[in-house]
Amino acid sequence: MSLLQDSLIELIRRTSAEIPDDVHQGIVQSLENEKKGTIAESALKIIERNIELAKQKSQPICQDTGSIIFYVECPVGFDQITFEETAREAVQLATKKGYLRQNSVDSLTGKNDGTNVGPGSPNIHFHQHRSAETSVSLVLKGGGCENVGAQYSLPNEKLKANRDLDGCRRVILDAVLQAQGKGCGPGILGVCIGGDRASGYEFSKQQFLRKIPDRNPNPELDKLEQDIVETANALGIGPMGFGGKTTLLGAKIGVANRLPASFFVSVSYMCWAFRRQGVEIAADGKINRWLY
Amino acid sequence: MIQLSAPFTLEKIAALKVGDAVEISGILYTGRDAVHKYLHDGGELPKEVNLQDGIIYHCGPVVLKDEQGNWKVTAAGPTTSIREEPYQGDIIKQFGLRGVIGKGGMGSRTLAACKESGCVYFHAIGGAAQVLAECIKRVRNVYLLEKFGSPEAIWELEVERFPVVVTMDSHGNSLHEEVFSRSQAELSKRL
Repeated sequence: MSLLQDSLIELIRRTSAEIPDDVHQGIVQSLENEKKGTIAESALKIIERNIELAKQKSQPICQDTGSIIFYVECPVGFDQITFEETAREAVQLATKKGYLRQNSVDSLTGKNDGTNVGPGSPNIHFHQHRSAETSVSLVLKGGGCENVGAQYSLPNEKLKANRDLDGCRRVILDAVLQAQGKGCGPGILGVCIGGDRASGYEFSKQQFLRKIPDRNPNPELDKLEQDIVETANALGIGPMGFGGKTTLLGAKIGVANRLPASFFVSVSYMCWAFRRQGVEIAADGKINRWLY
Repeated sequence: MIQLSAPFTLEKIAALKVGDAVEISGILYTGRDAVHKYLHDGGELPKEVNLQDGIIYHCGPVVLKDEQGNWKVTAAGPTTSIREEPYQGDIIKQFGLRGVIGKGGMGSRTLAACKESGCVYFHAIGGAAQVLAECIKRVRNVYLLEKFGSPEAIWELEVERFPVVVTMDSHGNSLHEEVFSRSQAELSKRL
């Protein structure tokens, strides 16, 4: 077993069992804000206890350990093939240890071979940079929240959404309304304005690498992000759709260029069990430091 | 907090109403996408599984075998229930279910079947896999494991004080319908 493989198994374990601090703080805050004695408050108390238990027992926060998505930032000359092979082995071993559920099904035969490895799983994105550092981020995204993601093509007459920021706001808030209850709120949105059908969703998911309290450097998008969270939290959807004050913990919005003919708004929803971690990897494969 | 223990009689179920916080003790059978489609297509229920007056749990747990060869559930939160909407109403009526546990709520056909046949929808906290796994005291058996794989199999679980909220009762009320229409009205004021 290589040091890199050890490091990746530890990354998977920690991602599956521990909520990153930035998300946890949002949940603690929403518990404080919720009206006492309501079922929304008791839902958040169970969520809070679950976060503690999972960490303490080193077991999955949620049984749906989700799509396994690696984001690798690597220097020029990095051996992507070896990394991919090591990551696939690490996923199989982490599944045997129970850090991941047997979660990958052959779409034609319906067979689940129990390994979590197959076409498209795990999903690995490589990005080269000029720096000598290698970092690996991991997002485990469950199926419940993935199913409530939505892609809108503007204009959308039914939602009165035109090709402008107000139109984007309308469809994003529609996604929040439709996701209620099903996506395990309070949730976090990752949005891409523009791109094509594939790159739009892809880019919307990359927004989940941003920390919850960070601010968008683009003032217009920053304003939209704040507005989406504030408006969503005024709708009374609440944790698990039980009614209550916190519907969203955050909204992160990016933009990509589009074709003149297309205007997509792609919305990915992440549940409160927001499993995202990252490590900087040393040349020998050991973990240098944790990113979140 | 209302304690609901086996047997899950019609009388106990009929007394529950939307918004009640309940702790369930007794036997639960897991069943999710594959099981619902299978039963609805006329697939045979393993003869040891008795769903009459039973509770089905929409859940695909993480289950490991310990050194002695015993199954141990290490994570077991609910999965989204609405995917079973095409099948659930018929299955409630056909098998005499008294309870369905899941998350996110279900639609009008399930709500009607709950009323007609005396069944409630219990909402467990999505993602709370550890808190809920702690309430599972024993895995009594597993069925259709080879056929469907571990997350989709029928696991027979003995639970104690398993926390849920009634969000659809046997009198035609649904918290999900209420919250949806209220939030939709609030949103239209803000567009």
